[in-house]
Amino acid sequence: MKRTRLTLFPFGIWMILFTIIPLAMVVWFALTDDSGHFSLENMAQIVNYLPSFWYSIWVGALSTFFCLILAYPLAYSISRRSGRTQRTMVLIVMLPMWMNSLLRITALKSIIDDNGLLNRFLEMIGLEPVKLVGTTAAIVLGMVYDFLPFMILPLYSVMTKIDNRTIEAAQDLGSNGFQVLSRVILPLSVPGILSGITMVFVPSVSTFVVATLLGNGGVTTPLMIGEIIEFLFKGSAPAYNNMGAVLSLVLMLLILLCIAVMNSVDKDSDEIGGMVP
Amino acid sequence: MMLRFHVHWTRLSARNFVPFNRTVYTAKGDAFFMENKCIIDLKNIAITFDGEQILQGLNLSIKDGEFVTLLGPSGCGKTTLLRIIGGFVSPDSGDVFFDGKRINDLPSHKRPVNTIFQRYALFPHMNVFENVAFGLRVRKKKEDEIRQTVEQMLNLVNLRGFEKRNISTLSGGQQQRVAIARALAVHPKVLLLDEPLAALDLKLRKDMQVELKKIQQQLGITFLYVTHDQEEALSMSDTVVVMDAGQIQQIGTPQDIYNEPQNAFVADFIGESNILDGIMHADYLVEFFGRKFDCLDHGFDPMEPVDVVIRPEDIDIVEPIKGHLTGTVTSVTFKGVHFETIVDFKGFKWLIQTTDYYAPDTTIGIVLNPEDIHIMKKSAYSGLFGDYSSYSEEFDELADPDAAPEGGAAE
Repeated sequence: MKRTRLTLFPFGIWMILFTIIPLAMVVWFALTDDSGHFSLENMAQIVNYLPSFWYSIWVGALSTFFCLILAYPLAYSISRRSGRTQRTMVLIVMLPMWMNSLLRITALKSIIDDNGLLNRFLEMIGLEPVKLVGTTAAIVLGMVYDFLPFMILPLYSVMTKIDNRTIEAAQDLGSNGFQVLSRVILPLSVPGILSGITMVFVPSVSTFVVATLLGNGGVTTPLMIGEIIEFLFKGSAPAYNNMGAVLSLVLMLLILLCIAVMNSVDKDSDEIGGMVP
Repeated sequence: MMLRFHVHWTRLSARNFVPFNRTVYTAKGDAFFMENKCIIDLKNIAITFDGEQILQGLNLSIKDGEFVTLLGPSGCGKTTLLRIIGGFVSPDSGDVFFDGKRINDLPSHKRPVNTIFQRYALFPHMNVFENVAFGLRVRKKKEDEIRQTVEQMLNLVNLRGFEKRNISTLSGGQQQRVAIARALAVHPKVLLLDEPLAALDLKLRKDMQVELKKIQQQLGITFLYVTHDQEEALSMSDTVVVMDAGQIQQIGTPQDIYNEPQNAFVADFIGESNILDGIMHADYLVEFFGRKFDCLDHGFDPMEPVDVVIRPEDIDIVEPIKGHLTGTVTSVTFKGVHFETIVDFKGFKWLIQTTDYYAPDTTIGIVLNPEDIHIMKKSAYSGLFGDYSSYSEEFDELADPDAAPEGGAAE
């Protein structure tokens, strides 16, 4: 017992310093005004930021959806390969994650920019140029590009555990391709889908890098909540920090709520034995 | 045909599964169950994986209502053959006929056969009821019918009351029963069983053997059973198909296979055998170890070299002076029912199973009666089997890939 406590000690210090104290400070800032007195005034201002919240959730949901659509078939096909091919394909999926995300988004921007490679190519083959940067589409594209591996990996790790014989058994019992998918593969990959959704949705709701580089904050696209928080904390007036803390806190609660909903779905699927009856 | 099949099953439930065998059934005048009708016909099947010939020029006819076992060592192609019939693998060449129709191009979900997989392959996200109901739901049966069939099937495999249980809470034997119920629920004409009992312990395996045989007799459908366990094959089957190296070595009843093996491989794989070089002098007269013996075999050329099989349990031990041959005991192992005694005859070691104990270094005599001797034509397997010079339990187990846990899954 004593030994366990001793080994937990460094982690405890870490948690206190970097999780509990900062969290307490966020709460403190959120509930005070710039003079340090208790105040709910900043809280009341949330209504002004609601459009940004909705927009962030909308962009996050879209990105998550496209990630799922792209990643699901890919992860499945990787999981059905032989061991060696699987490892190579997983490596290729992970490779971009080793590069700086800022760099990758900047590169993407230079491709889809108004005078970027894409438009020059379209011009060359005689097509109208498309305006992408500064639209929601560009932000979603950037997010999908950035977060796709976070969807593929959890899906893949769940799918490799599906025994090929289980799929064969389903075929053997008369299921066609679609029935195998809907009755066996899909229900068995629910845990992977849920953790993939969490891993993509959470960062894409709160990020500001992609939106700042590929969006056109406040002009052609609404500001995302991450961007606003960044502005507020960069601003010199201490009152901005209090508002930033409020928004951070609300964002955190929203994400917590999403995860809670997700977990309850997961538990239900365990209890009733599959999402598809 | 499908309709008839339904009639047959309904009758079954009405009788509450009182065991009846096929002969009684036909004797009652039911025209739809004809003896000797061929249900599966394989013509000239060949298949290669990664440059390795798994099956070559294989022909096999399976009669309706029979319990047929494919028996052979790991890697002999028996599982591949089963998967070809199940529709999971297509042969490089050759034809698969079902009920007279060529089904090579029929995908597995449309074939009227069902498979029991080696490791059950149950759906982990469904309870027992839903697992058994799976095939019926896919076929969009009515809810009443589904409930009724699942109930019947669970009764058949003695799992009444397990409907709501989670798969992960079941023992291996129970999981196997669910797999059987699940496959039988869709009323297959042929049930394919891929080493279904391999993962169970010995006692449970014996019980399940009896139960499977009983189920097969009750339902009167064809079972095609794959195993590497010769004892299992002998005790359950109507017909045993012995396979090795992608080819059929012998087809016959369990007694034929045991008593009249066609070559040294079969003689060695099914039970224990001492296999000696001999010369057929004339019909019913064979010479080995420099001595002529009367036997029951005929139809060989004069002076034709042959393989002589002598089963360890057929040898009678007598005093040296009264024996046809004399030898020296080199080792004895107690096996419960008998002693396994290794005896050296002129440098060639025999295995003799005897209920009497003979100490090592004792000189003994043996008597061979004509019915104890079986003569086989020379084959590619001659000289490879049947000498117990290097015999030891330990060695046997090491050489058997199936003895390793999880082994032999891929054939």
